Amino acid sequence: MDAPELLALYERMALIRRTEKAAHDLFLSGLVKGTTHLAAGHEAVAVGASAALRDDDYVFATYRGHHHALARGATPEECLAELMSRATGLCRAKGGSMHLTKASVNMLGSYAIVGAHLPMAVGAAWSARMRGTGQLAVAFFGDGATNIGAFHEALNLAAVWKLPVLFVCENNLYMEYTPIADVTAVARPAADRAPAYGVPGEVVDGNDVVAVRETVAALAERARAGGGPAIVEAETYRHFGHSRADPAAYRPAEEVERWLKHDPLDLARGRLAELGVEEETVTAADDRARAAVQEAVEAAKNAPPPDPREALTDVWADGGAAWRT
Amino acid sequence: MADVITYREAVAEGIAREMRRDAAVVCLGEDIGEAGGVFKTTVGLLKEFGPERVWDTPISEQAIVGAAMGAAMTGMRPVAEIMFSDFLACCWDYLANEIPKVRYMTGGQVTVPLVVRTANGGGLGFGAQHSQATENWALTVPGLKIAAPATPADVIGMMAAAIRSDDPVVFFEHKGLLASKGAPPPADHVVELGRAAVVREGADVTLVALASMVPVALEAAARLAGEGVDAEVVDLRSLIPLDTATVLASLAKTSRLVTVEENPYQGGWGATVVSVVADEGFDLLDAPVRRIAGECVPLPFADVLEEQVIPTTEKVVAAVRGLAAY
Repeated sequence: MDAPELLALYERMALIRRTEKAAHDLFLSGLVKGTTHLAAGHEAVAVGASAALRDDDYVFATYRGHHHALARGATPEECLAELMSRATGLCRAKGGSMHLTKASVNMLGSYAIVGAHLPMAVGAAWSARMRGTGQLAVAFFGDGATNIGAFHEALNLAAVWKLPVLFVCENNLYMEYTPIADVTAVARPAADRAPAYGVPGEVVDGNDVVAVRETVAALAERARAGGGPAIVEAETYRHFGHSRADPAAYRPAEEVERWLKHDPLDLARGRLAELGVEEETVTAADDRARAAVQEAVEAAKNAPPPDPREALTDVWADGGAAWRT
Repeated sequence: MADVITYREAVAEGIAREMRRDAAVVCLGEDIGEAGGVFKTTVGLLKEFGPERVWDTPISEQAIVGAAMGAAMTGMRPVAEIMFSDFLACCWDYLANEIPKVRYMTGGQVTVPLVVRTANGGGLGFGAQHSQATENWALTVPGLKIAAPATPADVIGMMAAAIRSDDPVVFFEHKGLLASKGAPPPADHVVELGRAAVVREGADVTLVALASMVPVALEAAARLAGEGVDAEVVDLRSLIPLDTATVLASLAKTSRLVTVEENPYQGGWGATVVSVVADEGFDLLDAPVRRIAGECVPLPFADVLEEQVIPTTEKVVAAVRGLAAY
């Protein structure tokens, strides 16, 4: 990967990190309600994979999905406005943190029932094949999703129909509060299941944006050429707990320290230095990300709440909610 | 086309008509291709449209309905078959949490034009896990349209409306009606969802029925006519949208209401119909309402037991006699 591309990916990751930090702070100041599942630490998976995709490829994500929306082109302002229940939010404040969606760029949603979106991605890939568009579908999911039935049904159907779909697992070692290793029969929760479905299962350093991009690009090319689906297991770590309610005290201090030293932004910064990019150039990218998120926070704070009448719209395609005639 | 068509043939005919007019319509499900469906409701589709439009699946209800959803969000109009309506429980997440909510929770960004077809109801002696009437399950979820036709012509007309709908539709095909016959409808026959049919006019009492209970209600009405009771029968045809206007208009004539439901009394669709009448049509009533519904037990196997659970003509006649005398 050349320096300009890596710098662009770095800046996108910095933007996501800043947005997640802002979401955290806004929650503590009472401006974000409900809960959040922050993806700080996972940035390289979303940004690296996204860099390997076509603009019209389909992406399906989970309730820990802010980074996927941002990686596919949602702005910090529309994401934070959604979290802050503003009319200008991505989903007009009807979805919230767990359901960020930007359909105009084929980021087709964030789903909060674990594993439910994997069959949907299979369906989008099936649709792309029938329409002959050459599009790919990607489902991002956590390690916990590998033990739910929909994961296995989706893998089998995708393999049988040889569909252009990639299953990208963000293995952050914990399914909510429990170590994934304690509740899974195999060591690699996603990749070790791949042989059962006759598909490739690649393990990659999920904090290395270059490695993620290369791995996903190779499997995407294979899938587009008719080679069928594949699993990517990206090893990563979350900087925050599972959700707002979780201080993540169950994680050993040594483990946390080791992973924080293996931070995706630091890794990218090291690679940029190796490519001869000046420190000031990287700092300028950081500054732009910080400024963009600051502006986004202010804009979201100043945006209006949704019109209460919106509660009774958007159930049906005609825009309404009438259930009787 | 023949002079008569069975309900079973009407299912395949209804799908085929839409597949001919719209290349985005595709089918998926277990045994729907070469086998023509376990109930033979997809016979001929593979032959006419080929394997690129008629897809056999593994026994994976979540993958079937989840993939249909993903395809519907990306430009196709999938028609997914869930073999028995009891099996909707195996993919209930999609019908309860995903399909009906995705449009709303994305602020209207996503449209899900799909049909989930399923064989519903009792009368064939399949026991507790293959005989339930589950239309009331779908009724608990805002965001699903619900079709349950009673005649071959309505199967074709409502299939057209369901497949053309930009909203998700759960389409209940009643197993007990599959062999029933009727006149085939003309080309491009469309029955809009949310339009009940008054299938027998009467002045004394309104029987509101759905799917297999429509012939039961009609038979009861015929017997009651011999006793001097003139019953009107309303075939709801859809549960969502629910045609409460037709029900209230009928009550304005008859002042007496009986619902005839195959689903269990507890949580059955008649409760929703009756609550609307209580709210908005109380002044129209001259007698208490009666709900004739399935007993609140799992469906038993033996015919003699099943007859105790699913409403019969005798039960409807007895209920109406009581009301007429009120």
